[in-house]
Order: sequence, then structure tokens, then C-alpha cells
Amino acid sequence: MSSATPQTASGGINWFKYSSPQTFFPLAGTLAPWFAAIAAVLFVAGLYIGFFVAPTDAQQGESYRIIFIHVPAAWMSMLIYLAMAFWAGMGLAFNTRLSGMMATALAPTGALFTFIALWTGALWGKPTWGTWWVWDARLTSELLLLFLYFGFMALQAAMDDPRRADKAGAVLALVGVINIPIIYFSVKWWNTLHQGASVSLKSAPTMAATMFTGMIVMVFACWAYAIAAALWRVRCIILERERRSEWVADYLETQK
Amino acid sequence: MNWGSAGEFFAMGGKGLYVWGSYAVTFLCIAIELASLNLRRRAAGKKP
Repeated sequence: MSSATPQTASGGINWFKYSSPQTFFPLAGTLAPWFAAIAAVLFVAGLYIGFFVAPTDAQQGESYRIIFIHVPAAWMSMLIYLAMAFWAGMGLAFNTRLSGMMATALAPTGALFTFIALWTGALWGKPTWGTWWVWDARLTSELLLLFLYFGFMALQAAMDDPRRADKAGAVLALVGVINIPIIYFSVKWWNTLHQGASVSLKSAPTMAATMFTGMIVMVFACWAYAIAAALWRVRCIILERERRSEWVADYLETQK
Repeated sequence: MNWGSAGEFFAMGGKGLYVWGSYAVTFLCIAIELASLNLRRRAAGKKP
């Protein structure tokens, strides 16, 4: 919406101003280090709680400590997909350049968290279920999510025109959204090996509190990390796509 | 405090391979992503 007439949101801040890559670029550059710093602090705090404050699980012993990365990563894998599909949809609906760039910027980080969720799940499954992998609904739909991210990235990489790549990727991303509720509700809809609530949160309240706190702190750490990574990546994408524009040339000149 | 010694901490009650395998790969992934972002940023900053 870079060429649209200026519009002012009710709050008095002109949010549409930031929908242009040129104005979003410095904003992303200012915000990213802050989110990275928040992520670093929360990772340290969450891991400290997870390993030194949260007690040993009565049923699973120490292997349950994988939860502090597995559950946040699995939530992020779905949340980032929804964010990616949202921006892709905004790009299709309003033809805004930055929206497509945001969707493209989120995909690798979403794939990363999906891979981490699958990897830690396998390493948790082996000591808990006795197997690295089963083709049950939860695990298979999460694997499909990884392939959706890969498909989105491969499709965009295969197209030379970024605007066409945005549109094609957006269609794929929006069709793939159907997989998110399937992942989320798979443990309810089908009889799966994957447990619903793995940590017995209700059995011992004090114990549940520290485990839960550690997990939630790690969730926010992953949120902050994903935002920082996406902002840094969208800056790369803006520079790559707008490299022929005057403001990028001016900006790069100041970086010398 | 859950651990009597550093050895106990790294053993993770005999589940060390699974627990540390999870965290090592997670942080390796993050390190790779940050390094690749840094490289991409440098490449994008070069004049065409």
C-alpha cells in the first residue's frame, strides 16, 4: 500500500506508513535486537527453571525435561504457520508488497521450529514409548506441516518474479491452513500414541507450578526469538528486492 | 536443586542422550539460522 493515500488509524498513529518496505526497514532494524535480547534472557531463565527448579517427574524421571523445548517448538510451528498464512492472505487481498515479504520471512523459522518439534519428539518418544516414530495422526500431521513449509519455500524459490512468487506461495499457505486444526485436535479426534497432557499438571500443584512456569517462559523465549529472526530476515528480503531503488542505494552508502 | 553433582546433571537419570540430544540440536539449529541470516545480510548489503 506504499502508493496509497495516507490513512490515519483511530489511535492517531499512521499504521499504514509501516506497510511500505522503506519505512518498515528501519523499524524492523530497531526492534529486532530488542526481541533477540528478550529471547536470550528468557531462554536462560526458562532453562534455569526447567533444569534446576522444576523437580523430577514421578512417572517419566528426567526425560520429561525435553518438554521445555518440545512443547514451545510445537506451538511455534503452528503459530508461525498461521502468521505466515495471515500475511500471505493480506498480500493477496490488499496487494501489499510488505505482506508477502513477511510471509516469506517467516517460513524458514517456522520450518526450523517444526523440525525441532519433530526431533525432540523422537528423542522423547524413544525413552517414553519405546519408539522414535509412529505414523499416528499427531506425528504425521506435524510432518506434513514441515513439508508445507518446504513446499512454500521451494515454490517461491522456483519463481523469478517475487510478486508472482508471493501470490503462488500465498495460495499454498492458505490451502495448508487446514492442517493446523488437524494437528491441534488430532490427539482428541483420533486414538493416538501422543499423550494429551504429558505432564501430570493436576497431581501435585507445587510441582506442576514450576514445570508449567518453565514451559511458559520458554514459550515466550521462542516467541521473541521467532520475531527477531523474522524481522532480521525481512530486512534481508527488503534489501534484496528493493536493491534498485534509490533509498536502498542511499542506505547502503551510509553503511560504508 | 535437583542435582548432587555435575555428573548427575549430565547423566539426567540415565536419559542424558535424549535430553541433551534435544537441546544440542535445538541450539545448533538456532546457531545455524542466525549465522545464515548474518551471511544473507552481508550479501544483501553488497552493491549490485
